[in-house]
Amino acid sequence: MSIWRYANPAEFMRISGAALPFCIWGAAVALVVGLGWGLFLTPLHYEQGESARIIYIHVPASMLAINTYFLMAFASIIGLVRRHHVSFLAAKAAAPIGAGMTALALVTGALWGAPTWGTWWVWDPKLTSVLIMFFFYIGYIALWNAIEDPEKAADLTAVLCLVGVVFAVMSRYAVEIFDGRTLHQPASLSLDAEENVANVYYKPLLVSIAGFYLFFFAVMLSRTRTEIRLRRARALALQAARD
Amino acid sequence: MKALLLRDLALAFRLGGGGLMALGFFAIAGFLIPIGIGGTEALGRVAGGVIWVSALLACLLSLDRLFQADFEDGSLDLILLAPPPLEISVLAKAAAHWLTTGAPLVALSPLLALTLDLAPAAWPALILSLLIGTPALSLVGAAGAALTVGVRRGGLLLSLLVLPLYLPTMILGARAVERAGTGLDPWPALALSGAVTLVALAASPFAAAAALRVNLR
Repeated sequence: MSIWRYANPAEFMRISGAALPFCIWGAAVALVVGLGWGLFLTPLHYEQGESARIIYIHVPASMLAINTYFLMAFASIIGLVRRHHVSFLAAKAAAPIGAGMTALALVTGALWGAPTWGTWWVWDPKLTSVLIMFFFYIGYIALWNAIEDPEKAADLTAVLCLVGVVFAVMSRYAVEIFDGRTLHQPASLSLDAEENVANVYYKPLLVSIAGFYLFFFAVMLSRTRTEIRLRRARALALQAARD
Repeated sequence: MKALLLRDLALAFRLGGGGLMALGFFAIAGFLIPIGIGGTEALGRVAGGVIWVSALLACLLSLDRLFQADFEDGSLDLILLAPPPLEISVLAKAAAHWLTTGAPLVALSPLLALTLDLAPAAWPALILSLLIGTPALSLVGAAGAALTVGVRRGGLLLSLLVLPLYLPTMILGARAVERAGTGLDPWPALALSGAVTLVALAASPFAAAAALRVNLR
């Protein structure tokens, strides 16, 4: 049994239709629990006070901002190599969510920076690379919208996404190498090192990250399903016009 | 490949080709910014960045005609059907673009450095960084131009797509100038900028050729 079986649109519709309710309800429960716990039930941070609670939105949004782009690049490679329309459509469906999450990360970061760093914005590596990420999303979405033929648009945006991922990584290191000084703290979570977030804050953060990811998958799946249905409706309309 | 290169150069320099228009834009942009800033104390510090941003914009200006003209009169189809692989033809066109925009920018940059009051210690770094970095602008720009060749009024879209891709080159180039100006060693930045150019050289002919094949199908 090959994994490529699931690339068939009909099979994708069946599986994603079954998975969608779990994603939606899982996202709703995890977001309510994670954000409720984090925003109202955790103790006050000894230095930052109430402002530290924005971590429950900022960190998950920032994680999604980066990882959505990698998912799009992965889907683009599969789409280009295996000629699967579903993966092009999944990349298309993910892009606006990624752009929204990047914007959310930038805005919450600025709101958090104002009381704690004393400034809304600094040109430091982390912030700059997230801003560049945002422009990549905008360019990708603009290219989808600019090309009328959906088949061409799928291939061209996939090429753009792959070129973009190479240059996004290069810009990240280009800004980091010579502007090493930064106000931003190191990553909050990691798999190997010790966590940088105290336990009381850490557990609700994990729940709310899970909530954000489930929300992402719920929106992405339903957007992909909409795209597939639009394609099908277009094909049917063409067929009707031909008869 | 040589024939294509010579043809593009001839087209750019003959009457109406507008080959050196980007150079004029580069000079004017470089002169407008100091007038806008006023005052001279700040100039020397921002000079490297100003020259680099002007170079980026000047390069962008001539990009949307890179494949568009050939697409409209059909010669792009002939290039696609010609025996040399499309990747090589893209490389030739990018080389012609660099020779008509990037190379003149390098030649003109000392004049801008003079008017922008750049520290003399930073001059070699500026010229070297432009020499190393501008080929990447043409190469990456070729990929962007190939993506937008079928789009009506693709110029604006092209700048939206290409400018973020120019960031590594610009950051490293401007850092090299800044480091040389403040007495630090500019070589690390120059070497990394060279690495970015090599990545562009390796990747963008394939990306551009793939995009052109999609657009011409």
